[in-house]
Amino acid sequence: MEIFFQQLANGLTVGSIYALIALGYTMVYGILKLINFAHGDLAVLGAFIGLTVITSLTGAGAAPSHWVVILAFVVAVLVVAIAGVLLELTAYRPLRHAHRLSAVVSALGASMLLENGIMLIWSPQTLTFPEGILPSTNYVIGGVVLNSTQILIVAISFLLMLALYLYVNKTRFGTAIRASAIDQDAARLMGINVNRVIVSVFILGPALGAIGGLFIGIYYRQAVFDMGWIYGLNAFIAAIIGGIGNIPGAMLGGLLLGLFNSLAGGYISSTWQEAITFALLILILLVRPTGILGERVAEKV
Amino acid sequence: MNDNSTPLLQLDSVGINFGGLRAVDDLNLSIKKGDVVGLIGPNGAGKTTVFNLITGVYKPTDGVIRWKGEPISGLPPYRIAQRRILRTFQTIRLFSGMSVLENVLAGQHMETHQTWLSGLLSLPKQRREEKALRKSCMEILEQLDLASIAHEEATSLPYGIQRRVEMARTLAAKPELLILDEPAAGLNDSESVELNKTILGIRDQGVTVILVEHDMNVVMNVTDHICVINFGRKIAEGGPEDIRNNPQVIEAYLGSDDDDDEEAA
Repeated sequence: MEIFFQQLANGLTVGSIYALIALGYTMVYGILKLINFAHGDLAVLGAFIGLTVITSLTGAGAAPSHWVVILAFVVAVLVVAIAGVLLELTAYRPLRHAHRLSAVVSALGASMLLENGIMLIWSPQTLTFPEGILPSTNYVIGGVVLNSTQILIVAISFLLMLALYLYVNKTRFGTAIRASAIDQDAARLMGINVNRVIVSVFILGPALGAIGGLFIGIYYRQAVFDMGWIYGLNAFIAAIIGGIGNIPGAMLGGLLLGLFNSLAGGYISSTWQEAITFALLILILLVRPTGILGERVAEKV
Repeated sequence: MNDNSTPLLQLDSVGINFGGLRAVDDLNLSIKKGDVVGLIGPNGAGKTTVFNLITGVYKPTDGVIRWKGEPISGLPPYRIAQRRILRTFQTIRLFSGMSVLENVLAGQHMETHQTWLSGLLSLPKQRREEKALRKSCMEILEQLDLASIAHEEATSLPYGIQRRVEMARTLAAKPELLILDEPAAGLNDSESVELNKTILGIRDQGVTVILVEHDMNVVMNVTDHICVINFGRKIAEGGPEDIRNNPQVIEAYLGSDDDDDEEAA
């Protein structure tokens, strides 16, 4: 039973990171019906930028101060949000009226560009994150080890998700985002500047992704240029499980996938973990192609 | 705006081609502030195309559309909507999954000064503005007798009510020119009598209205001025009585189109 709760705690941590990244996929899909394949790489960009800020402002061997850590998150969010907007303006907007496949190819190209850009700027090696970026105290509760880094990651992720949910559902601009996702033409004729809504989605999604990417680096204490592929894929699967295009769905899908991965890794086999994840994806697509909370999506894919 | 010599909306030899098809040809139309103008014609005459030209969905191939004397043809739809030219749709296009109130709130988008960032920060000023806007939305819902269903999902409501919700959403945007595309389509007789009252009520608030409609009860009772088009060309123009007695119109439209009434089953 201890193993079960331990895996639950680990799964919740990873799951909330997946959820943060999945939100970016689902928001862009919701509004453009486009899978932004570069989104995972944007998250990784966030991890590398955060790492650079931390290491360049902290002496060797010393633990980074709170302010440096906060600054790292702020800079990562800003740079990645700008990168997200540039991506939309250069890779997607010119193809807005082209065949959807063109935009998908453009997304894959953007993903490779980012991935190789990260490799050239930083390194093809795996970089190590210093210790003590977030407080790391172990609490043992009934034989289950809970680390304060884990608790912080889960808590911050939940707060961010709650904030996004309230933003999209309770504010005027959020209503404009939802209206544009449902019917762009009608939204335009109500005076909504849909292009501006799309840009805002390319700010919000990548900003959350950057935080998710930096969490990955801090949690696993390492980052490598091509990890956007596997984390992006997991977050993408999470978005599909929850119902792509659906914001609460992405949150739910992320958490469920994190828990599932962790339990499957703990109980079945960690070498087969990825295969099991994809088996789950296939199963869900067979049983419920629109995902858990999704609707009327099937005809659009 | 107070200059009475400048019409509110003016179409000046407007035409559009779709490939080889001339959908609208050399159309001149001048709309005065405060009028209710009917645009009628047989199916396929180009009525909805005219609406799409005015609202910026299509750009005219030739000619100019002026709003208060200023050319607006070629502007993107949201910019035209921001000039308070707003429309409803022939096939209802409410935002699915949103409540009646949320649909109306979306229509009020232009009334806010909220940007994506200030909304995110949720400043007190924003919250105050938001509260005032919600209140004005509820007033519109009350005016259209929709207040009791404000929190129901809009697209699950009966057709006639959805039409009213769409009207409420458009009114929330504070139109100066309201464009109604077949507002009576799918309404039963008592609902279309209600619609007449609603349209006249809107006019009395100072809103200019253009409508496309097949239901002659509505057209003859609410319009001050009617423009008849066929094959993309204007074939007659005048008050309801003139149009009723115009032989060309009777031949092109009234005489042959009775079987085409879009009454609800």
